[in-house]
Amino acid sequence: MKTKDIVYIALFAALTAVLGLFPPITLPVTGVPVTAQSLGPMLAGAILGARRGGLSIVLFLVLVAVGLPLLSGGRGGFGVMIGVTGGFIFGWAISAFVIGLLIEKFWNRLNVINAALSIAFGGIVVLYAIGNAWVAVVAEISYWQATVGAAPFLIGDAIKVAIATAVCLAVRRAYPLISKAG
Amino acid sequence: MIAGLYIDGTSALHRAAAGAKILAMIALGTGVFLIPDWPVVAFVLATVVLLYPVSGFGPRIIWAQIKPILWLLVIFFAVQMWLNDWQAAVLVVTRIAAIVMFASLVTLTTKTSDLLAALERAMLPLRPIGVNPEKVSLAISMVLRFIPVIATVASEIRDAQRARGLDRSIVAMVVPLIIRTLKMADDVADAIDARSFD
Repeated sequence: MKTKDIVYIALFAALTAVLGLFPPITLPVTGVPVTAQSLGPMLAGAILGARRGGLSIVLFLVLVAVGLPLLSGGRGGFGVMIGVTGGFIFGWAISAFVIGLLIEKFWNRLNVINAALSIAFGGIVVLYAIGNAWVAVVAEISYWQATVGAAPFLIGDAIKVAIATAVCLAVRRAYPLISKAG
Repeated sequence: MIAGLYIDGTSALHRAAAGAKILAMIALGTGVFLIPDWPVVAFVLATVVLLYPVSGFGPRIIWAQIKPILWLLVIFFAVQMWLNDWQAAVLVVTRIAAIVMFASLVTLTTKTSDLLAALERAMLPLRPIGVNPEKVSLAISMVLRFIPVIATVASEIRDAQRARGLDRSIVAMVVPLIIRTLKMADDVADAIDARSFD
């Protein structure tokens, strides 16, 4: 791993932390809070690729685990990570990795559709599979019940997939990093 | 520098080794799942809560740990009451509370620097499979340095985009933020290489 890769990994870990500083937006009607932070894993995977993107989120999670209040709302420490929503937090690293893998696969013919599908698969399907399984075990409810409970958050995640797709395509034109890694 | 969640003190838990506390946390987290017996788990929770005053933390700090997950606990309690019975509801809620309260206690009584040192020691055996503890330490210190830099760049870009009437577009915020910081990252990497880090 080159120095440049380490710096990129640190950069996206820091970016994910900064995204947590933006106050959450509360969706009308449902009242579900949407934070900008979960854009971090999507962007890390889509811009850095599987290996570096996944590692940058692992690095971010290590800093949260050692007690830095970097999760949105100034949360941090082991309590949040192994609590109820822990699966969604650990799932970020896998989510970033999967997004990176798919974006790398489509890199030479990346367009709005396959980029959006890649990010939605990693950022929603994979993430919710892990997060809901965690909730189901901790709360002793069925997987289906956990899925229903998490459904209101999908609106915010759909918006984030759209943003991450636009950003990923713009950065690919201006500053492509995945082909460089080649 | 970002302040950790550590609160200074001299209690036995404050003085205990970081690695030991993490192992205790893993043991407790596993234990309350292996023993699905609500009186036992309730006893564990009571013991954990008692450790707060023993470590010099008052009711305000205890409340601050439980408050963020309170609404989830209420929902889970209601769901279990509806699907099963009150014993199941008490078990689920006390189990989550015990894990979260103990994990928070570890965070409150352990300095971030001690946890990082424990992490570095834990990584040493991983060297043969390609994990380089020095590089991990470098990455960690860079993240801490980058956070205020990115926050500053973000506020500059917000001002610039506001002048263009684009301050409500998230994409118009994030794209320049990423490209500018990626350029900065390249310079940082060159500077590190110029000093022969590797």
